[in-house]
Amino acid sequence: MAGIPTLVTDDFTYGEIIPTENGVGNVNVPSAERWASVIGGSLMVLFGWTRRSLVGFFFLLSGGYLLYRGLSGKCALYKAMGVNMAERNEGTGLNIEKTVTVNKPVAEVYQFWRNFENLPRFMQHLATVQLNGPGRTHWVASAPAGITFEWDAETVEERENELISWQSLPGADVDNRGSVYFREAPAGRGTEVKVKLEYYPPGGVAGVAFAKLFNKVTAQQIKEDMRRFKQVLEAGEIPTTEGQPHGEDAMEEEEHVKRRQKPLHTIKKGDVVDEAVWESFPASDPPANW
Amino acid sequence: MKALCWCGKNNVQIEEVPDPQILNPRDAIIQVTLTAICGSDLHLYNGQIPTMQRGDILGHEFMGRVVEVGSQVKNLKKDDRVVVPFTIACGHCFFCQQNLWSLCDNSNPNAWMTEALYGFSGSGLFGYSHMMGGYAGGQAEYVRVPFADIGPVKVQDDLTDDQVLFLSDIFPTGYMAAENCNIKPGDTVAVWGCGPVGQFAIKSAYLLGAERVIAIDRYPGRLKMAENYGKAEVFNYEEVNVVETLKEMTGGRGPDACIDAVGMEAHHTGMVGPYDKVKQSVYLETDRPHALRQAIQACRKGGTVSIPGVYGGFIDKVPMGAAFSKGLTFKMGQTHVHNYLQPLLRHIEQDDIDPSFVITHRMSLEGAPKGYEIFKENKDTCMKVVLEPCL
Repeated sequence: MAGIPTLVTDDFTYGEIIPTENGVGNVNVPSAERWASVIGGSLMVLFGWTRRSLVGFFFLLSGGYLLYRGLSGKCALYKAMGVNMAERNEGTGLNIEKTVTVNKPVAEVYQFWRNFENLPRFMQHLATVQLNGPGRTHWVASAPAGITFEWDAETVEERENELISWQSLPGADVDNRGSVYFREAPAGRGTEVKVKLEYYPPGGVAGVAFAKLFNKVTAQQIKEDMRRFKQVLEAGEIPTTEGQPHGEDAMEEEEHVKRRQKPLHTIKKGDVVDEAVWESFPASDPPANW
Repeated sequence: MKALCWCGKNNVQIEEVPDPQILNPRDAIIQVTLTAICGSDLHLYNGQIPTMQRGDILGHEFMGRVVEVGSQVKNLKKDDRVVVPFTIACGHCFFCQQNLWSLCDNSNPNAWMTEALYGFSGSGLFGYSHMMGGYAGGQAEYVRVPFADIGPVKVQDDLTDDQVLFLSDIFPTGYMAAENCNIKPGDTVAVWGCGPVGQFAIKSAYLLGAERVIAIDRYPGRLKMAENYGKAEVFNYEEVNVVETLKEMTGGRGPDACIDAVGMEAHHTGMVGPYDKVKQSVYLETDRPHALRQAIQACRKGGTVSIPGVYGGFIDKVPMGAAFSKGLTFKMGQTHVHNYLQPLLRHIEQDDIDPSFVITHRMSLEGAPKGYEIFKENKDTCMKVVLEPCL
């Protein structure tokens, strides 16, 4: 079993291998588990082969798949769940990395990010970030179904116009770490900004899978956050069409058509009505239990 | 207010909708005094452009009076008379600063949609599907203009609406198409498509120093306008072999530059036509590139193919071998309108051109659904339909 290519380093280098959701070369099963798969699979194949029955055949097939999974490192179930267990070393969670180039000088971009209270302006999943003293911040993030996550964080490292790094303190709802790298883009194009976030949702494999399915903080979300970061710094505002006028949409049109087709007053005067319904007014007498 | 809404294929209707509001500090609200139906609006009408939703307000060629400005708009005030570019640009990103305004990074709130298809998103456009921003358009009584401190150009009262409206789109589009041909003294430019953009491309080619302009279409009325007003040499592609004719007309050399002002809904009479139509109807091919194929075949070696005609998706059977072997240069894209507003306004002021020549039909905003029908079906006598919301 070949070693897995090194993941992104702390340096802001080009040419890093960014594993896809399916893993580099689709390898998504970690080493130890691959051994277990090979051993377990071999045993099952042996068992199924000797059995020579329907049950044995089942063991043969399953064992065969486990063997393949162990030898190749590719698991269809993990792939379907969108989980790459191979990229996890001890206790890593969801890794998200995005880069954007902002047409502003490095110092301006660095200072804007350094003031963490600016982050909710472009990071939609963050409700607030408050400065709580030197190097200390309190974060509130929103999740589906009105749930909020809160945590305290400390600044781990700061290199002026190069790097800001922070991590959540023990007791956080969701352990997380973040780093932002700043570098001048070539020939006056502005500043390259690379953000790396790691979230450790509770609950192991199932937690990660659950989080991936329902977690608002996906790679696409962060990509949009970084796009908004660029828009705020360059254009001074985030482009929007929310609140603009528009005509009747398809659902409204359906409603209109339905109402036109629904006959009014199907109940005739004198009918006794057991419960009040819209169509019964005013043609009938009031309902019995009025 | 009244606005023209897209309601499905071949279905646009005037509906009563709320007035637009200032949503961002760099917005302005314009009361529309004149607007037009564009050839590319027909792609929307024909259902060729994805991400349209029922109720979307159309229209990207419009002008009018400022009624309200956002807090960050210092260059405009109430009652200023402005023409608005159809491309929306922030003015501060890399592309805007390179004068590539239609490639603005920051004006498409739905950039993620376009990125899925194209890799990167260009600027937002007025009234042209959610993929291009989903902005409510100007075929309405009022319209909200984002980044109003960068886009709209003020025009003096001594020029009529008819004369300046087309600064919003088709005049700069034709001009940029001609400019992209890199015209040198003695050059012959061939233009496919004698619709409004083609007409402006013909005029612009002469303004930029072309020796001869040859125009190609199948509608006699359009060919006549290209000949009489544009001073182009014209022929009908249904009557002759296009590539051979162009060769003979240019001493055997071929045109130095070819402009495809037709785009993705090209028509063709020969055998390839049904091929494209069938493939398009089963979504194996989204665009019909017939004018483009001819332009590539006809262009002289080392020449330029300039493409203002809109393409949205994928094309099939393009003679890339011919293009490579002849060393052709391709220039294309949505118009960088902001570059051309002042220079072309000066041409109008100096009487070098009166853009109102393309207007053949005028109606109130309420007449717009009829206007779309006329524009789509009656191509011979209908060149450009303008709509007056105040009529």
